Order: sequence, then C-alpha cells, then structure tokens
Amino acid sequence: MPKVKMPRKSTFVDMTAMTDVAFLLLSFFILTTKFKSPEVIEVETPSSVSTKAIEAKNVVLITIGSDGKVYFNVSEENTGEKERIIDFVNEQKQLNLSDAQKAAFKRAGGIIGVPFTQLGSYLNLSAEQVSSFKEFPGIPVDSTNNELTMWVRGAVEAFKGQTMNLMVKGDNKAKYPSFQGVIKALKENDQLKFQLITSPEGVPEGTDLWRSNMAGVKNEEQ
Amino acid sequence: MAELDTSSSGGKKGPGVKKGKKLSTRVDLTPMVDLGFLLITFFIFTTTMSQPTAMKLFLPKDTEKQEEQNKVKESGALSIMLANDGKIFYYEGTLAEDGSNFQVTNFNDIRSVIVNKKRSTNPEDFVVVIKPTPDATYKNIVDILDEMSINEVKRYALVEIFPQELELIKVAGGLSTN
Repeated sequence: MPKVKMPRKSTFVDMTAMTDVAFLLLSFFILTTKFKSPEVIEVETPSSVSTKAIEAKNVVLITIGSDGKVYFNVSEENTGEKERIIDFVNEQKQLNLSDAQKAAFKRAGGIIGVPFTQLGSYLNLSAEQVSSFKEFPGIPVDSTNNELTMWVRGAVEAFKGQTMNLMVKGDNKAKYPSFQGVIKALKENDQLKFQLITSPEGVPEGTDLWRSNMAGVKNEEQ
Repeated sequence: MAELDTSSSGGKKGPGVKKGKKLSTRVDLTPMVDLGFLLITFFIFTTTMSQPTAMKLFLPKDTEKQEEQNKVKESGALSIMLANDGKIFYYEGTLAEDGSNFQVTNFNDIRSVIVNKKRSTNPEDFVVVIKPTPDATYKNIVDILDEMSINEVKRYALVEIFPQELELIKVAGGLSTN
C-alpha cells in the first residue's frame, strides 16, 4: 500500500500585497507632509471659524508668547528684505552693528526677541547658541518704549512695492497689553490690515454664518 | 523568517546523484514591509494635518479730525468688555449713570446677547464695540472677533476701555487684584 504523504503546508505568507499597501501609504504621506518648522517659541494659537489658508510668501510675523513677550521675524527666503530691515534699524537706532552681526540676522531661523540694547550681543551668538537660547526678554512694546514700531517700519521700508503679509501669531494665554502694544506699533506705521494666525474650527450650527454657508454665500471677509 | 523548510530533502533520486537544488523565486518581503511601516509611522507623526488659518483684521485709522470719525448711533451700539477668566461685561447703548444696564455674562452666552441685539436693531445702526481689559487674554480677543464673523456682525471695533468702565469691572470682581 502506498504511503499517503500529507503535503506539508507552507507557512510562507505572500507579503507582496502588504508591501504594496505600505508603500502606497508611504508615498501618500511623503507627498502630503509638510514639516513642522522648528519653533523657537512654543505658541498655542486660538481657533477661529476662518477658513482662509495663510500666505506663505513675504511673511512678516509677529509672535506673542504665552508670557506676553513679543518676537519679530521675517520669512527665510526674503534675505534681501531682511538685509534692508537690519540696515534700516541699524541706521535709525545707531546700533553700529558689524557685518558679521548683520549676517547673523539674515541667517536661517533668526527670530528677534531682544530689545535694541541687547541686539548686538544677541547677534554675536552662534547658531547653536541661538537655538539653545531660551531666556528671550522680548521686544518692548509698552507705551513708553515701543521698539516693535521700528522693526515694523523697517519691514515696511524693505517690502516697499511688494505685498507684505503681516501676521500676528499669539498664544492663547497672552494678555491684552502685549497685543495692544503690537496693534499700536502697526497703527503707527499705518499698517491697518493684518492677519491673525489661528487654528481651524467648525462653524456652530444655527448661527448666521452657518446659515449663509449653507446657502452657499461666499463671504468676502473670510 | 516566515517560511519553514518544506523541501523534503533527498530520497527520490537515490544516493550519489547530485541534485541541483531548485531555488525559489520568492523573495521574503517581510523586512521591506517592516521598513515601509516604519517610514509610514515616521511621516504620520511628523506631518501637520491641520494647516493654520488666517483671520483678517482691519483696524480703523486713528484720526483727530471730528468729521472723519465714524459716528456711532448710541442706541445701536453694544459694548462688550472682556475681563479676567472669560468673564464678559456688556451694556447696550450708553452706560447709565448708575451702571444699571451694566451686565455680566460669559463666552457661552454672549452669542445670544449679540444675536438679540442684532435682531432688535436697525442694521444700519448696529455696531459692536469691543473693549478688552488688561486682564483679557489673546484667546478671549480672538474668540470675540470670531463671534463677530460667526454672527455676521458687519461693523465692530476694537477700542480702548474707559477708566470709568474699568472701575465698574473692578468693583464687580472682573479684574485681578494687581
């Protein structure tokens, strides 16, 4: 009698399908991802119903930290404008900054969070020192000494003839006086239009805006 | 790894016969899957899904000239003052001498106050005046501005609070002691 031989079943699982799925997802995430820019100051923005995406070009960003300290920076790619801003501020305030210090301002990730009196020594720091620099005193914005006005003026001069996207990014816990100081600095430079960076939020049902959204009315202000 | 050796070694061809072992064309893809998922996890964690949005704010120009100033019909005005801990003080029209129309509410109920005022006022005259106290947080301000767009309030202004109002709020416990 012939021996009945049970064929040994292979435990090999075909991984091809799984690989396909994995790499499909991978390519999706690679293509859609936008890296979080390393933030020097952690800011938790409030939410709003606004659906307008923020502009990415020619950004002049004023950040208000949770402790009410104010910071100023210009987007990385606008090196020419950055150069003009620092030249303008240097001239106006007679800071006598060296070329190396000016170059430090143009350097990537250069966020300004110090008064003019400390600007020179702050710009002397190397890139590594800046990234570990935690104790920013912030730009003074009080009514007696609003240094942000000068920075905004510099930005206005530098971006002359171009559209400048003025943005204010404030932390939830920042108090009104800092924001008031920022508004004052902008007003003094006749910069009456600006954008507040917020995180998206749904429109509550039953409200007027919700109704007009339902009716398909495009709101120009949004 | 996920494969057991199933080739029954030997036998059939007899001893001495050199057997050319048939190599499988199947490649073990497990490490590739591992790598794929590792990268997926990485990208999932680093990606920012909700893009920040921008809320536009237009400020009125400060002007000394009387004729350039926007006149607000007093009856159509709703003044909203933002105090500490999300407290909101408000009054309609002008503040009464004795402060009798000075009321307190919070962020949950302010919407109905705005809507009621909006419904009961001539749209031409309706204006909301927002006055943050020094104790108001940035979140409060953005929330109330957001409330303006939610309720489609066309005219609103962010202005300085009057000392008299600040005093009333202080009495009502809407300010921190400092």
